[in-house]
Amino acid sequence: MSTPGNSALRKTVYWGTHYLMIAAFVVFALFPLYWLLKVSVTPNDILYTEGVRMWPSRTTWDNYTFVMTQSNFPHYFMNSVIVSGSTAFFTCIIAAVTGYAFSRFRFRGKIIIVALMLITQMFPLVMLIAPIFRILAPLGLTDSLTGLIIVYTAFNVPFATFLMQSFFDGIPKDLEEAAMIDGNTRFEAFRRIILPLTLPGIAATLGFVFTAAWSELLFALMLVSSESASTFPVGLLSFVSKFGVDFGQMMAAGVLALIPACAFFLLIQRYLVQGLTAGAVKG
Amino acid sequence: MASIEITNARKSYGAVDVLHGINLDIQDGEFIVLVGPSGCGKSTLLRMIAGLEDITSGDISIGGTVINDLQPKDRDIAMVFQSYALYPHMSVAENMSYALTLRKTAKEKVASAIENVAGVLGLNALLERRPKALSGGQRQRVAMGRAIVRQPQAFLFDEPLSNLDARLREQMRTEIRKLHRRLGATSVYVTHDQIEAMTMADRIVAMYNGIVQQVGTPLEIYDRPANIFVASFIGSPAMNFLEGIYQAEGDKAAITLEDGTVIPVLPSPQAENGQHITLGARPEHIDIVQDGSRPAVSSNVELIEPMGLSTLVHVTLAGKPVKIFTLARPDLAIGSQVQIAFNMDKTHIFDRQSEQRLLPLNEPRHTQQT
Ligand SMILES: Nc1ncnc2c1ncn2[C@@H]1O[C@H](COP(=O)(O)OP(=O)(O)OP(=O)(O)O)[C@@H](O)[C@H]1O
Ligand SMILES: [Mg+2]
Repeated sequence: MSTPGNSALRKTVYWGTHYLMIAAFVVFALFPLYWLLKVSVTPNDILYTEGVRMWPSRTTWDNYTFVMTQSNFPHYFMNSVIVSGSTAFFTCIIAAVTGYAFSRFRFRGKIIIVALMLITQMFPLVMLIAPIFRILAPLGLTDSLTGLIIVYTAFNVPFATFLMQSFFDGIPKDLEEAAMIDGNTRFEAFRRIILPLTLPGIAATLGFVFTAAWSELLFALMLVSSESASTFPVGLLSFVSKFGVDFGQMMAAGVLALIPACAFFLLIQRYLVQGLTAGAVKG
Repeated sequence: MASIEITNARKSYGAVDVLHGINLDIQDGEFIVLVGPSGCGKSTLLRMIAGLEDITSGDISIGGTVINDLQPKDRDIAMVFQSYALYPHMSVAENMSYALTLRKTAKEKVASAIENVAGVLGLNALLERRPKALSGGQRQRVAMGRAIVRQPQAFLFDEPLSNLDARLREQMRTEIRKLHRRLGATSVYVTHDQIEAMTMADRIVAMYNGIVQQVGTPLEIYDRPANIFVASFIGSPAMNFLEGIYQAEGDKAAITLEDGTVIPVLPSPQAENGQHITLGARPEHIDIVQDGSRPAVSSNVELIEPMGLSTLVHVTLAGKPVKIFTLARPDLAIGSQVQIAFNMDKTHIFDRQSEQRLLPLNEPRHTQQT
């Protein structure tokens, strides 16, 4: 039917289309980030005068220097690191043990707990702000980083638990049974055999929770009123004044805020890639 | 080393009863094979001995101590899993030494134990590898090694060979037997492969539907199956079954098949005239009679399977398929008639209702029946 030359051509066309589509997707996904970067290095005086251009005629680091030295941004930034880091840490610990229990044990009320956890994911967060404020206020947890960590952890645990459960489900039960017969208690078997094998899953969960907490705005805005406990998404809003929006500085802060998230993923990507090839780990 | 006693052990998952009262005494140093079709509860029983499943009721003791409530780690048993369950993030040596290091065994002792076992199993060159980098057969050996290194009270095996190809399985079968002879450790071996059961066991425990059907040496089970299940499960090619009616007169008895064919059998005091019977005869206990030297019945040749050493002849008798195993190479045409004779001493009769074997006169009841 088809000559070799013909099929080679078809292959080229096939792969060409393939890469073209991937390229289109990447451009689509990254364009906003590119725009963020572009605006952040555009001098204020030509921001509105040059019209829409792919790259400004002059560039400047002024916005960055201002954000780093003249604004509260470094402080917000530290707050965000503390809140997101702690949230990711506590959520992962809780999700790991809960996910393990869901994956391995049969116990009364399991269905009910799973259902309750799913239901918590169904409500729009806005509905919950008032009651949560009422609960936290008498405890002195409004306007504090601790309060934010508690709320974020509570909101992220259900999803993280389901995520961790699916990772545990992927690890054969035989492994910890073998360890238990070899002389471990169940908890030791979990810690020494199962946890090391779930590192990719834990990394993925950490990354997911960290970014979710990093970019959370609603609670950060509602539960915190003082400058000292503000996180950076709230801080970004401070670039919006009554008289206008300082886009250059806001974008510079935005670019800086991307750095920890990127660094975090670079840190865990080794495990994430392992996670994708987890099939190689056969019991 | 130790004996294992299982007394009236039951297992239920909620309303589902999986094991209905198992009684079993395993002698010190014995190699016991639990055999039965998929889902009959073999693994469940093994896992109850290991402590991986709770015992719903009854007792299991190892070396005279009831261990119902002991953690697996305190039972001093080793188990080889069907999946091998090697720790993927540890090297072969670490896998094998894991239990010993948990027991805080001295380093030199661990090293010499590993070296010893690795030598026996031919694993010396693989000690630093991860399980991922091993073939199926090598993984199987590591799993065995991990169990042996510990010198436990008893070994439990759950279908350890079922992931290997036929040749390797045969080889490991002999190797496990040799190891057992050398170590003399009490072993409980689960399989659904009746050939493994026959070749490896000191005693076979045949299970079906959560009930022990028969316990006995391989030949006892083969020659004197307790019921139709055991008779059909053990032996390959499988036993032939034909339905008929029992008739006895004096010291002679016979089964009349549906088409009127009469097959002589040993009389049984447990059978009554007119009783509905299932007759069972192994393929090697039916002979092709071509010279008219013995009384025989006529059947139709359907298919001939030469197997080199032997030949399997498929015929129909009274409308039912019957297989005949012969070492001769009979010269038969498909579609022709052939005279066949049942070896009366080896032909069994089973009550069709209860499916229990009806014993001939003078046969002692010395295998356990349930
Ligand atoms: N968690 C469970 N809940 C309900 N029933 C179960 C559970 N685990 C096992 N069973 C049932 O118990 C029975 C025995 O299972 P078991 O694993 O012991 O079978 P087996 O003889 O080892 O079979 P196979 O040869 O397939 O391994 C099966 O019918 C199974 O459906
Ligand atoms: Mg099984």
